[in-house]
Amino acid sequence: MTTMTEPPISRGFRGRGRGDQSARVPPGQHLVTDFPVLSAGPTPEPDLSGWRFTLEDGDTPLGAWSWAEFNALPQTDVVVDIHCVTTWSKLDTEWRGVSFDTLLEAAGLSEPPGPFTLIHCDGGYTTNVPSEDLVDGKAMVATLYDGEALHPEHGGPARLLVPHLYFWKSAKWVRRIQFLDEEQPGFWEENGYHIYGDPWREQRYDGD
Amino acid sequence: MTATDAPAPARLRWMTATARDIIDETPRVRTLVLDVPEWPGHKAGQHVDVRLTADDGYQAQRSYSIASAPGAALALTVERLEDGEVSFYLAGDLRVGDRFELRGPIGGYFVWTAALEGPLFLVAGGSGVVPLMAMLRARADAAVRTPAVLLYSSRSEADIIYRAELERLAAEDAALKVVHTLTRAQPSGWNGFSRRVDRAMLEEVGFAPDTRPRIFVCGPTPMVEAAASSLRALGHAANLIKTERFGPSGR
Ligand SMILES: Cc1cc2nc3c(=O)[nH]c(=O)nc-3n(C[C@H](O)[C@H](O)[C@H](O)COP(=O)(O)OP(=O)(O)OC[C@H]3O[C@@H](n4cnc5c(N)ncnc54)[C@H](O)[C@@H]3O)c2cc1C
Repeated sequence: MTTMTEPPISRGFRGRGRGDQSARVPPGQHLVTDFPVLSAGPTPEPDLSGWRFTLEDGDTPLGAWSWAEFNALPQTDVVVDIHCVTTWSKLDTEWRGVSFDTLLEAAGLSEPPGPFTLIHCDGGYTTNVPSEDLVDGKAMVATLYDGEALHPEHGGPARLLVPHLYFWKSAKWVRRIQFLDEEQPGFWEENGYHIYGDPWREQRYDGD
Repeated sequence: MTATDAPAPARLRWMTATARDIIDETPRVRTLVLDVPEWPGHKAGQHVDVRLTADDGYQAQRSYSIASAPGAALALTVERLEDGEVSFYLAGDLRVGDRFELRGPIGGYFVWTAALEGPLFLVAGGSGVVPLMAMLRARADAAVRTPAVLLYSSRSEADIIYRAELERLAAEDAALKVVHTLTRAQPSGWNGFSRRVDRAMLEEVGFAPDTRPRIFVCGPTPMVEAAASSLRALGHAANLIKTERFGPSGR
């Protein structure tokens, strides 16, 4: 990220973040060890008996799984760094869940049926992610964090995990992934946040 | 609408802010009144990203809610955390005339405008009162007289931010009620609440769900989680409860 003019020096500010991890920390981010929570509304009550996860092409169902069926799908473990638009990053977070590739396969698809997705969640939250950002091991629907059932504040029972994009794209309480032919902005994307959200290009807000 | 029909969005540019005035709100909280010549204006509830630059070029960036009403000089209110990289500077070392960068306004969701209908219920914990204060200031400027309640949780009396102004706003506006709860220490003779925000408190001071109040909750995560789920349990519609979580998760 370059700026046109030199930023003003904040007199007396020294900061403390210059660490040896900087190659793993995108511009404007700082490391945390706790796990902050950000959501736009109340945390939904998990209801595993009524939980279903669906894949759709437009309005056409492609696959649907109950909680038990979902957990019976092959599971994947990942250790990844995550980057929130509110400037915290957390290294080496451990997740388990069903990779997006496994979901496609379980629905009998060899590739995404459309170039864009809209991710739908309990509570009405949506976010958009291009299909190509979900495939080839880049994304999963995670149900375990750090070896334990994902806590509701962090998106349990299941959240999308797309760690190479800002963390709002890793939608909490995910229930439905809808493939679309045209890009449709989700909740934060309609409220001033960047349509794509690459932390390495610092795409925080619309126009970045 | 496709992405290609949309007008190209303007990038939020970094602007230089100069501290014009510094107001001590509590022993740990300061308000910075800023000169930002290029400031485009904002709505109550929005925030800015602040970026500090050290003399060796090192930068740190954090989000801060806007405390001032639209139209007033831009003000931020910052709580100093002892090991906080940015807050310790903004609410500690910074002096009048010092400069830093900010960009915004950011956020189109946790926003109050005079056009919002229905009663207004604001629930604040600690420095979470900041964007809610912007809403109350905006409401006073717009002379909106629909009923409003601020339920405000602080650790102790000395930690109450904006206390005098809140008293004045409530005195000048019969439709506004400000209710405090003090969670850690209460002065003798305290007749407000003395516990964390809970369901019974929200029911007692808030509006009935069938009046469809607009609810804004802001504060540390555990407080926001507890308040939002209690509000749901009381029957308030999830889409009328807007939350902003500032603090650490505590775990
Ligand atoms: C949308 C938004 C609006 C915000 N508005 C405001 C505002 O108006 N006023 C304001 O003061 N802050 C606000 N914050 C919080 C602010 O962005 C910073 O997180 C905060 O100032 C701490 O930054 P720091 O650099 O000082 O501390 P850091 O160096 O980031 O953290 C230092 C340590 O303090 C801990 N910590 C972080 N926050 C807290 C806390 N609240 N209480 C106790 N420990 C904590 C961290 O876990 C860490 O260990 C807002 C945050 C968001 C996301």
